[in-house]
Amino acid sequence: MNTLASSLAPDAPPAPAARRWRVPLLPEAFIGLIGLCAYWLFTDDVGLLTNMVIMSMLALSLNLVLGQAGIASMGQAALYGAGAYAAGLVALHASPSPLLGLGSGVLAGALVAGLSGAVLLRAHGLTLVMLTIATAQLLLELVNWRRDLTGGDDGLSGFSIDPLFGVFEFDFMGHTGFFYALAVLLLVHAALRALVDSPFGLTTRAVRLDAGRVESLGGRVYAQLLTVYVVGGAVAGAAGALSAQTTKVASLSTLDFHLSAAVLIMVVLGGTRRLTGALLGTVAYMLIHHIASGLNPHHWLLVIGVVLVAVMLVLPGGLLDAWDRLVALARRDKEARHGEH
Amino acid sequence: MASIESTTRSAPLRLEATSLCKAFGGLQVTRDVSLALPAGARTALIGPNGAGKTTLVNLLGGVLRASAGNVRLDGEDVSEWNPAQRARSGIVRTFQINRVFKELSVHDNVRCAVLHRHGLARRVWLSRAQRAQVDAEVDEALGSLRIQGQARRITGQMALGEQRLVEIALALAMKPRVLLLDEPAAGVPESESGRILEAVERLPGDLAVLLIEHDMDLVFRFARDIVVMVQGAVFARGTPAEIAANEAVREIYFGRSGHAGGH
Repeated sequence: MNTLASSLAPDAPPAPAARRWRVPLLPEAFIGLIGLCAYWLFTDDVGLLTNMVIMSMLALSLNLVLGQAGIASMGQAALYGAGAYAAGLVALHASPSPLLGLGSGVLAGALVAGLSGAVLLRAHGLTLVMLTIATAQLLLELVNWRRDLTGGDDGLSGFSIDPLFGVFEFDFMGHTGFFYALAVLLLVHAALRALVDSPFGLTTRAVRLDAGRVESLGGRVYAQLLTVYVVGGAVAGAAGALSAQTTKVASLSTLDFHLSAAVLIMVVLGGTRRLTGALLGTVAYMLIHHIASGLNPHHWLLVIGVVLVAVMLVLPGGLLDAWDRLVALARRDKEARHGEH
Repeated sequence: MASIESTTRSAPLRLEATSLCKAFGGLQVTRDVSLALPAGARTALIGPNGAGKTTLVNLLGGVLRASAGNVRLDGEDVSEWNPAQRARSGIVRTFQINRVFKELSVHDNVRCAVLHRHGLARRVWLSRAQRAQVDAEVDEALGSLRIQGQARRITGQMALGEQRLVEIALALAMKPRVLLLDEPAAGVPESESGRILEAVERLPGDLAVLLIEHDMDLVFRFARDIVVMVQGAVFARGTPAEIAANEAVREIYFGRSGHAGGH
C-alpha cells in the first residue's frame, strides 16, 4: 500500500506526466537541437549523420511495431526497401519531385506491410519471426529477378531529385539531404508520439501485454496489430525513400536481412518501451560501428556484440533504463532534500 | 437432468443457455447444462473443484465453443460469437486468475476497458468532452471498489489481492448487461472481499450476475438463486434456503468439505 515507496523503486517508470502537453513539441525541439549541434561539430561527416537520421527513423518504425505492439519482426528491411525502390522508380519514370518520391515510399511501405501483415499477423512467436524474414527474402529475390525494372544487384540509379520546394538543391556534399531527413524525422517522431500517447497507443500496449484480455473487453486484436504494422510500414517506407533520395541509389542491401538484424539490435540496445529508445540505440550502434570499424574493419561486430551483452546485463530495458535510473535518483535526491525541511 | 427452471420471475431473460455440452477428447466436462439468467439475476454457481464451473463461464463468454446446445442473449443466438463480440454486446466476465495489464497503471487498465466500451479504443484523438467522460467513468469504476487512491500505481507492482480489485474494476467499467464473476474473491484478503460484494450490490438492478465462488459466506449473502454443479452437470438448483436444506447437496458438497456452517 506504500505508494511513495513504489514510485521511488528503481524499476518504476516515470509517473504518467499529465503536464507533458504543456510544451507540446519539447522532445522534437530537443532532437532537432542535437541534430544541429551534430551538424556543426561534424560537418565533414554529414553523410554519416544523414544515415543516422534515416536509420533512426527505421528504428522508430520497429520500435513502434515491436516495442508497443509486441510484433516480433526480423524483416523490417522489406518495408524499408519497398520505400527505397518506390522512391527510386518514381524519380526515374514519373517525377523528380522529392515530396512525391517520399509519399510513394510511404505508400509502398504501408502497402507491403498491409499485404504481408494480413497473412503473417495471424501467426505468433517463432512462426511470426520466420514469416517476417521470409517476406523480406521474397521481396529481395523479386527485386533481384526483375533486374530490367530494378537494376538487380547493380541497384537502381540514374535518377535525379528536384530541389526541395524548388529552392534547396540536393548538393553533392549532402547538406540539403541532412536537413531534409532531419525535418522528416522530427515530423515522424511527433506523429508517432501522439499516436503512442493516444487511446490507440494504449490499446496497442494492452494487446502486447494480454491480447486475450483485450478481446474480453470487446477489442479487435487482429485489426489493431495490422493497423500498427501498416503505420510502421509507412514510417519504414519513408526512411527507405529518404535513403534512395539522399544517396541517389536504391540497392539490394536495403532489403537485406543484415539490415533487419541491425535495426533490431539498435532497437533492443536503446530500449523498446519508449520511442526515444530507438534514437538512443541507433546513435549508439552507429557511433560504435563508425569508431570500431575505423580501428578494425573486420571485427567491429565483435565490439557491438560485447556492448550489447554488457548493456543487456546491466540495463535489461536498454539504454532507456540508464536514463530512467538517473531520473529516479534525481527525484529521490529531491525528495530527500524536501524531507529535511 | 434438471431442466425445469427454478427462477420463476417475470423479468425478461437476459442470458439463456440451453443444453450446453462440452467435451475435451473423451472427457465430458459439461453435460447438458441449461441456465437462465433473467434481468436482475443474482445467481451463484457452486460445486466441488472440477465440477466444470469455469468451463461453463468459458462457454458463456465465448472463449470455448459448445459441442452442443446454444447460448442466447436477449433472445438472440450468440453461440457462434467470439469473446470480443459477446463482450461488445454486454456479456462481460472476470478471470479466475488475474488478467490485468501489469505494466500499465491502474488508471490505464480501467481506461482501456472504458475506451473499448465507448468504441474509442482505436482513436488517435479524443475531444475534451470525450476525455472528461472517459476519465469520469474510470474514476467511477475505481471509486466503486475504493481503489481510486491507487490509480497511478503500476498494476503489476501491487499485491495480488489489490490486483484482483483491478480485475473486477475492468469488468465493472464495461457496464455489462450480463456479468460473469469467476471466483472474484479468490486471493483477496477476507478484510477486503466485502468491497467486491458491495461493489456488485451497487450495480444496476437489471444487470444479470452469475457468481462462481467457494466462499459460502459470500454466496449466501449474494445469491437469490443457487445452481449446484457436480461432474459437469447441474445437480440441484433453488433458493439459498432450499439449497441449504437440500440433504443431497449437503452430503455431496457441503458435508464432505465442512463448509455448510460457513467460515
